[in-house]
Amino acid sequence: MERFHTLAFVAGFGCFAIAALLSLVFPWMSLGSYHGMEFQGWDALTREPSAAFQQLSDEHPEAFTEAYGDVSPESYKEALRLGRDLYVGHACWHCHSQYIREVSNEAQRFGPPSTAAEYQNALNQPHLWGTRRVGPDLTREGGKRTNDWHIAHLIQPKNVVPTSIMPAYGYYFEEDGTPKKEGFALVTYLQWLGTAEQGGQP
Amino acid sequence: MSNAVATPTLSPVELAGENSDPLVCYDLIKLHLWGACGALLLSMVAGFLYSLQFVGYYPFPDSELLAPGHIRLMHTNLAAYGWLANGFTAMLYYAVPRLTGRRVHSRKLGHLIFLVWQGILLATVVGFLLGKAQAIEWGETPTGFRPGSFELNYIPVDLLVVIGAVLLIFQFMVPLYQSRDQKFYVSLWYFTAGLIWLALTYLMGNIIPEWILPGAAGAAVTGLFIHDLVGLYVTPMGWGLMYFFVPLILKKPIWSHSLSVIGFWALAFFYPLGGVHHFLLSPIPDYVEFGAITTTIAIEVVVTTVVVNFFMTLKGSFGALRTNMAIRWFYAGAVMYFLTCLQCSFQVTWTFQKIIHFTDWVVAHAHLIMYGTFTFWLFGVIDWLWPRIVRREWHSNGLRAWHFWLSTVGIGVMFSTLTIAGLVHGFMQKELNPWSDVVAASGPFWWVRTFSGGLILLGFLCMLYNMIRTAKDGEPYVAENHLVDPDPVDAQAAH
Repeated sequence: MERFHTLAFVAGFGCFAIAALLSLVFPWMSLGSYHGMEFQGWDALTREPSAAFQQLSDEHPEAFTEAYGDVSPESYKEALRLGRDLYVGHACWHCHSQYIREVSNEAQRFGPPSTAAEYQNALNQPHLWGTRRVGPDLTREGGKRTNDWHIAHLIQPKNVVPTSIMPAYGYYFEEDGTPKKEGFALVTYLQWLGTAEQGGQP
Repeated sequence: MSNAVATPTLSPVELAGENSDPLVCYDLIKLHLWGACGALLLSMVAGFLYSLQFVGYYPFPDSELLAPGHIRLMHTNLAAYGWLANGFTAMLYYAVPRLTGRRVHSRKLGHLIFLVWQGILLATVVGFLLGKAQAIEWGETPTGFRPGSFELNYIPVDLLVVIGAVLLIFQFMVPLYQSRDQKFYVSLWYFTAGLIWLALTYLMGNIIPEWILPGAAGAAVTGLFIHDLVGLYVTPMGWGLMYFFVPLILKKPIWSHSLSVIGFWALAFFYPLGGVHHFLLSPIPDYVEFGAITTTIAIEVVVTTVVVNFFMTLKGSFGALRTNMAIRWFYAGAVMYFLTCLQCSFQVTWTFQKIIHFTDWVVAHAHLIMYGTFTFWLFGVIDWLWPRIVRREWHSNGLRAWHFWLSTVGIGVMFSTLTIAGLVHGFMQKELNPWSDVVAASGPFWWVRTFSGGLILLGFLCMLYNMIRTAKDGEPYVAENHLVDPDPVDAQAAH
């Protein structure tokens, strides 16, 4: 009990392995391909660019062409990836959760409780559930608001929601509100949220 | 103390750890302590700045580099991998050779480890400023790869952390392995297992959700990672240092060996099982959640045994709380540890989760354990060790007392305000108040939080200034002065 080998192998490796059984192996078996839930990779997710992405291109043709060229699966994938990278890098997920619980009237506020299948895709690897909710949940943000709302809100949240404490991301937009590459990417990602099971369309 | 140390040839001065032990690499302890304090200063400044965003006075609103989100990531990661990891490593350099009677593997390796860990911190901070974080809570250190691919876009910091952890294992396992024929003292149980757990935890938490398991199954693993990092690295190192320093300073053995055995094995078995409790009422299967909830409540029993053991050890020496700063830090930390864990066994239930999850309640809880307990314990170690490393007496006993009281009042206020804010937020959210009202209601509490953070930062500056002045122009250290009880120099700190 008090010697090196017991401590290193029974406590060090053994107890760690038992814990991994409960929190790693069991969830692995219960969720995912074992139960026939399909995993959507990047290519499957970006096969058809979203209407919001198309609309960004229509409304800001010059800036969009400069940043992404045409609307295509490749440019859509590029925007989604950059948008997600920014969302992770700016720690957006530490103030906006991405899962809806079946308690505390959350279904009335944000929509039906989250299911595991919603997260079986490349944009949720790793997931962005978060553990804090300073701002509202964003699980199903896609399609709830217009592109223009998101652009105005990202430039200066207080202009849209006066009591907001969210940081402003004006540096991702031109003076006149035209998005830069990062601005397009953020809006594209926000409009994607919650649409994985509907082929990217809300 | 341990069989390994108790050779009859040691003088009282040596036994009390007052001498300059040739087995101990004092230069490495000093390096790691500077690294730790530098990281904590940055982490606290980052935390303070971030709190200003909540009250509407963030000083760099137009800077992409210094965006509040980037600063927030610095706050937590520097606290974990900068302050705690450096601090615990410094403590290990003192405790392991003294408990085993053997040197660590090599001084050169020690310098390499120091450089690797500070390199990790630098690369992490620069990575955050450039927006290269990884989407794993408490493990945001950049992978260096674009998510879901093997396309390098930054220094692979995760890999460096694994290398750093393996080097640490090598450095400290050498004396431990050489002592394999002896019965280990309690501290060494925690250190042996804790070093192995650090490497395993980091590997698991940063690789599996990133490359192998997506979505909800990955979330179970990231929950386990958050939990194991605290439970299987920080906690074992913390208790290991308590079991080492408390008997050393009080000059008497731990009250009950049986309770130590129960405490250790129950921690090893129950603690890591609770990982999923960070994502309760989520798409993770209910049976996994129930397992996590049950074992989390079981941990409370374990914690009680350990805390009872330490307070029974203190029995008869309560005066030390007044006369000895290190003991005061240790036991203040132990009280907060007990409170945190008691809180844990309630808040882990679904009943509490409904209201408090996603709110500031959890932020209060995290600060109480990471700052109120483990940081307090490291402050205690520094308070005791620093004069013995630089061979000078503390520059100012007044500043030592100021540090303690500013920190204690600071964390007390921070914990209270955030806990209440969490309840207000939780109930308002449940009652379907407009979201903007929920945020506005938290405003006053966030002001108090910023104020309490300022107190904590001020307290730490007292210590930092005191450390620098002590190293520079403190009175020469005389070991014999510290052998009587109460410790005459420490006694001055009481007022």
